[in-house]
Amino acid sequence: MADLKTLVLGKKDIADLDTETEMPHELMTVNMGPSHPAMHGTVRIVLTVDGERIVKGDVQPGYLHRCFEKEAEHATYTQIFPYTDRLNYVSPMINNCGYAMAVEKLLGITHRIPRRAEFIRVIVSEISRVTDHMTCVGASAMELGAFGPFLFLLKAREWLYTLLEEVSGARLTHSYVRVGGVGKDLPAGWLPKLAARLTETEAALAEAEQMLNLNKIFRDRMAGVGALSREDAIAWGQTGPVGRAAGIDYDVRKDHPYSVYPEFEFDVPVGTTGDCYDRYLVRVEEIKQSIRILRQAMAALPDGPVMIDDGHVALPPKAEAYNTIEGMIRHFKHIVDGIKVPAGEAYTFVEGGNGELGFFIVGDGTGRPYKCYVRSPSFVHLSTAEKIFKNHLIADIVPIFGMINMIGGECDK
Amino acid sequence: MAQKVVDAVKAKFGDAVVATSSEHGDEVITVKRDKLLAIAAFLKDDPAMSFEVPVFVTAIDLAHWQPLGRRGAPDEGTRPAYDAEASDGLRFEVCYQLRSLKHRHRLRVKVQLKETDTKLPSLTPLWAGFNWQERETFDMYGIRFDGHPDLRRIYLYDEFVGYPLRKDYPKDKRQPLVRRPDLVGDH
Repeated sequence: MADLKTLVLGKKDIADLDTETEMPHELMTVNMGPSHPAMHGTVRIVLTVDGERIVKGDVQPGYLHRCFEKEAEHATYTQIFPYTDRLNYVSPMINNCGYAMAVEKLLGITHRIPRRAEFIRVIVSEISRVTDHMTCVGASAMELGAFGPFLFLLKAREWLYTLLEEVSGARLTHSYVRVGGVGKDLPAGWLPKLAARLTETEAALAEAEQMLNLNKIFRDRMAGVGALSREDAIAWGQTGPVGRAAGIDYDVRKDHPYSVYPEFEFDVPVGTTGDCYDRYLVRVEEIKQSIRILRQAMAALPDGPVMIDDGHVALPPKAEAYNTIEGMIRHFKHIVDGIKVPAGEAYTFVEGGNGELGFFIVGDGTGRPYKCYVRSPSFVHLSTAEKIFKNHLIADIVPIFGMINMIGGECDK
Repeated sequence: MAQKVVDAVKAKFGDAVVATSSEHGDEVITVKRDKLLAIAAFLKDDPAMSFEVPVFVTAIDLAHWQPLGRRGAPDEGTRPAYDAEASDGLRFEVCYQLRSLKHRHRLRVKVQLKETDTKLPSLTPLWAGFNWQERETFDMYGIRFDGHPDLRRIYLYDEFVGYPLRKDYPKDKRQPLVRRPDLVGDH
């Protein structure tokens, strides 16, 4: 057995913790959650512990289950957008885009989406990715006691939320994307504001990085904790920052390109050890890469319409809906019956804040989906938590959980 | 892109492949239940296939499947309407989505099940990532996965009666949670 000093200094070698021969012990069950101050998201963990060491951690999600799929089966295709906002509520724009793309694939109009709409989707998605990663990094740092970086990052996040609010009208639940394009064009003078905010965001990120990267306490709590090997990460279906930290060079934007992503230059950061510190570094680098994409997209943003010119998919212009009987009927049918999507099934996936976010939709020719399944990365990542927790200390749950970045709304659907 | 995969599975397993289709760029093969494990192992281990990544598991309940074509006419093209009276009516389609990192191809494997016999072998021993996904499918559709290490409900509580994503489960039904001590195990 290791002496107390080694333990306190943070040598978390499993062999050192084996106290079996030295002390009498018995297993104890400890309940953590569903509401716990050091965990963002409602999830319950029933821990079986041997002293401080976790023997088994039974993770029980479902406290935020709001029947997304059942509700979706009874809503028209357009009515589902507000539900998708509430999946991953830190990056709702990406959910909006992923869902819209799935319906467009079923309709067969993927290649007819106006280019300006595609660029706007990329811009709002990348802003969402930045806010998502900032929340994850900031909140995790705060849970480990570093309150400063949390404030820096949340300040920057608020700037970006304000910009998205100007675009969509809502701070968090945007419902901005539509099947066939986006709801409305960007407001006048918005792009220069975004450019200015991006520079400030970089400064805020640099400040936070300065306080975290070489911070002894932060590194001791993160490095070497919660490691997942590349093989395990593949077998457990890990994607996004968790998968990339483990060395899987997989980013949907690069490997199965969609929208206008092939036109932008960006790098995909890949880690080596797969521990919490690598997940943190991957996220920070992804924020920088997203800002890089944003700058290219702003420079190349084309003019033109933001909604497909197809009466089957788009609402008629307001002037037509109010002044002509045909326009009125079309408007009414669109709202009440929904967009008629032909029978068939399609799986579409995008790179969400946490990883591969997919929508598997079965259409039956009516205006409502027959089935609408969401492949939520949080759910997949959380399923490995039990494996990762094993042989760690109770205190390690906090950084592991923070870096898996389980988002309750997305995980529990 | 994954057409080669479909052809290879067909060539190797012949009769075990019930149907194949390619919709919107998604390759789908429907296989017989008793050959699922063998086909899954082939898909995972064969170097030309190497579907090493589990993506998702879900099921489709065909109980209310009445596809409509253009202008509301019945759709003859896709899968036929489900007939609950027919003894060989296949009500559920369990879908496994797989992906290969090496070849970048994707495939959806489907197994069709009768309403009265909703069992199929679990693929968790092959892909660890299917563990929670299969639990979710069990929770929502009542599909039983034989050989699953820990088949319990995942989103709902143990006392919940019925399977909410089945088409015959009413959307507005309410079930207050009444604790049953006999169901509270050590988990």
